[in-house]
Amino acid sequence: MMDNKNLRKILIGIAGRWTLIFLALEIIFFSIFGINYFSLKNLQNILLASTTVLLLATGETFVIVTGGIDLSVGFMVGFSGVICAKVMVTLQAAGASQAVAISSGILAALLLGLLPGLVNGLLVAKLRVPPFIATFGMLGIAYGFAEIICNNVPIMGLPTSVGSIGHGYLIYWLPGKIFAFLQKPENLTRLELQNLVSIIPNVTVITAIVIGIFAFILARTKFGQHTYAIGGSMDAAERAGINVKRHLIKVYMISSFFASLAGVTYVLRFITGRAPAGSARLLDAVVAVVIGGASLYGGTGTILGTVIGALIIGVLEIGLVNLGIPTYNLYIAVGCILIFAVLVDQFFPELVRKE
Amino acid sequence: MTKKRKALSFIGRNWALLFLILMLMLFSILGKNFFGLRNFSNILLAVTTLLLLASGETFVIISGGIDLSIGFVMGFVCVTSAIIMRDLHAAGFPQAVSIMAGSSIGILLGLIPGFINGVLITKLRVPPFIATLGMWGIANGLAWRLCEGFPIAFLPPKARDIGMAYIAYYSPKKGFSLFDRPVLTERADILNLMKIIPLPVLLIAILLVIFAFILSKRKFGQHTYAIGGKVDAAIRAGVNVPWHLIKVYVISSFFAACAGVLLVFKLNMGIHTQYTSSYELFAIAAVVIGGASLMGGKGSIWGTVIGVLLIGTLNNGLMMMGLPIFYRYIAIGCILIVAVLIDQLFPELVYKE
Amino acid sequence: MEPLLEVKNITKRFGGLTAVDNMDMEVFPGEVVGLLGDNGAGKSTLIKVISGVYHADAGTIFFEGKEVRIDNPMDALRIGIETLYQDLALAENLNVYANIFLGREKLKRFLGLINVLDHDYMLNESKKVLDRLEIEVPSLKNQIRTLSGGQRQAVAISRSIYWNAKFLIMDEPTAALGVAEQKNVLDLLKTLSSQGVPVIIISHQLHDVFSVATRLVIMRRGKKVAERITKDTTTDEIVGLIVGSLSGDYGDGNDDAKETAQVGKETSSVDEVQEGK
Repeated sequence: MMDNKNLRKILIGIAGRWTLIFLALEIIFFSIFGINYFSLKNLQNILLASTTVLLLATGETFVIVTGGIDLSVGFMVGFSGVICAKVMVTLQAAGASQAVAISSGILAALLLGLLPGLVNGLLVAKLRVPPFIATFGMLGIAYGFAEIICNNVPIMGLPTSVGSIGHGYLIYWLPGKIFAFLQKPENLTRLELQNLVSIIPNVTVITAIVIGIFAFILARTKFGQHTYAIGGSMDAAERAGINVKRHLIKVYMISSFFASLAGVTYVLRFITGRAPAGSARLLDAVVAVVIGGASLYGGTGTILGTVIGALIIGVLEIGLVNLGIPTYNLYIAVGCILIFAVLVDQFFPELVRKE
Repeated sequence: MTKKRKALSFIGRNWALLFLILMLMLFSILGKNFFGLRNFSNILLAVTTLLLLASGETFVIISGGIDLSIGFVMGFVCVTSAIIMRDLHAAGFPQAVSIMAGSSIGILLGLIPGFINGVLITKLRVPPFIATLGMWGIANGLAWRLCEGFPIAFLPPKARDIGMAYIAYYSPKKGFSLFDRPVLTERADILNLMKIIPLPVLLIAILLVIFAFILSKRKFGQHTYAIGGKVDAAIRAGVNVPWHLIKVYVISSFFAACAGVLLVFKLNMGIHTQYTSSYELFAIAAVVIGGASLMGGKGSIWGTVIGVLLIGTLNNGLMMMGLPIFYRYIAIGCILIVAVLIDQLFPELVYKE
Repeated sequence: MEPLLEVKNITKRFGGLTAVDNMDMEVFPGEVVGLLGDNGAGKSTLIKVISGVYHADAGTIFFEGKEVRIDNPMDALRIGIETLYQDLALAENLNVYANIFLGREKLKRFLGLINVLDHDYMLNESKKVLDRLEIEVPSLKNQIRTLSGGQRQAVAISRSIYWNAKFLIMDEPTAALGVAEQKNVLDLLKTLSSQGVPVIIISHQLHDVFSVATRLVIMRRGKKVAERITKDTTTDEIVGLIVGSLSGDYGDGNDDAKETAQVGKETSSVDEVQEGK
């Protein structure tokens, strides 16, 4: 029976980390069969392309852990993006400096972006509206307002520095010659430009820092512990003295904060504010959270798992493009991975229990 | 019970219908040409897709589940039946045959996603949200793959005739005729042609009446409510819950398939928009507005119909008033939340009765 | 001697239903009081008022002689009133020590800046209290959902003990337990009361109540109908008082079969309302 026991241990080891293993396998697969897949440039592209999903999914993780769901985050991206862009453009036209215009736009978007979260939280916590409905209603309202603000037309003409931030990298390195921070070196020869190594996009830095902070909050603080408790049993949490209503409101505000941040990064990357931005990413975000190990019934899930889930999708998406495979296969693949993830999460605890 | 209580209770239970009537009156006053046979026919025609999707979704939601895949199942079936019709037509088969073959095979194929959903949910215990979300993606991918992003054209022309047909026509010149569109040559006559009740609407109405009957009067319907209300009770009463739920999800995708085939008739092509489908969310909204609870155990086809008409009237009315279409998102968002709040407040009043 | 806990004129209504009607009760130090009554008599509602889950519509609560306001569960916990509910109120997805410290987590400073959970402390303290009560649990890091009913009950009790309950309320503590585990719980109860901690116990197991409770309070339809000293009464008399075939001390004279039937009808409604709330 030695073999059986070891086999079981191996299976459990794999099942417990299957998402990480799957991600690694994906990367290896595409590196072998793709063109230049495993290159610094491409890997950073993947991170950039996954920005929106990473942010949305992180915020969504908090909500899903409490047993709820936030459907409004997709359209919140457009909502805050439009506010950000509009403020930037308006201030710029009024003669403000680029620095003022850009920071005001970002600040406005992040602050106003908390409002829908507050409303969601109030609806769910105080008025006991089911999260599905409350956030569904909010998505419509957010979208409507977004379109009103931008008048149905993408907002253009943003300050030029937006592009340099959004497309900028933390470090620029010319092997042997230049090592620069944040500023792309100017006046480079054509050869030098080709050899220039750009490391870590600014946008990714911001994303990583914010996600890192909130991952810490969820995993190690009282706030995070209470979030899990509410997801596990709202009654238990309430009777233990936790102010569940207030906590839920904060959780939904976290979710909409991340959505507004996603909107801001969208503006930085695409130098425009569009109302429908990000709407297609909502389901990717939820899928990422579930693949990452969370249950839609609440009580489980981690930010790390969510990040891996989001990367699984991002790696797959870029990989398919790299191989020239039509993107509709992406949907089929993600659909299957999603179902597989849930099945593993169901049978894994039973494997452990039998031990 | 006091008269005031009775009145409030009545309003609470029928608020959607009352709101619909209110909206109809409002738009008739504020909009031009809103109140007329032509516009009402337009509204009905425009909501046909949503009516079908929402009806299927009603069964699922009453059983306590949810089906997110319907939008893309519809697209998948739309594309599939169109392809069959096109290819058979090109191969020289009579139009009637191509059309019937395309429709029936499309609908049959459309039952498969529902079956898979049901099995995933009942046998493999995948939460409905996830299972149907996965199917949403798979159906989307398959449909897209089949049509490569391009609409399927060159369908048998008779298909369009059916899609555009009305039950009765009235022309001052030629009088009243059933099903046969009178042939008119003069522009004035064509403009004055009164078209009464689009054919698709009639077919859908028949379908809805049948399923509403099943839901409210037959054992199948009763069991669906029971499962949604309290699964344990249903199990102990001897209901074969897994099998029943599979049937429920098959019904949902059956309706989605019908919607897909209907689209072929309406548009005379097979089309699939691959990036987003907001259909499923609107269908769910309609069901909830119509009185269902997402926890299950409540709802009705009639309520869903009112929910759909509400959304459709809102769309149409806003358009007739010249307001940009995104206001409807705000409006529907608010109505949805109000719907739930009312359903929460009023059980207490009803309880006291 | 002054009562440790006294409730006066407590009334709680849900819509048109009066679950607790002008209820008075005292509990003295060292007592174990059995709160008895049929389903829907209002026992659970009353203790939920005392533990802060419900807000009374009328009445006052006195603790240690002073009037107190208990508006939420935290207020009750701060005063020292610990409640063990029928459904245990444990979070299935959290582990043993997380549940013991739920809502009152121990924090430590991380990098001198932020407060994080002090898992080691909570783990050790929990181990100590479980050992003190001689409770065996495979591993404190396991999620609660892997524990048996008796083990969960033990964890719930340990939680109350750890937080130095001044007053303990237990709602159906032995309901889901096997015989041996029931005995353990009842022994625990006796130990507690010998340390001066009064306990209110709600249970349908009359012989359990008889074995631990010194005094019995019987409720029917939201009102107190009788009080008895345990050793001066019999199970038969108690059953009669609960069901209504015996008239109580406080003047509801119409105790006939018709009223008993009424109890049955209203029973389900109160339970349903309580489920919903």
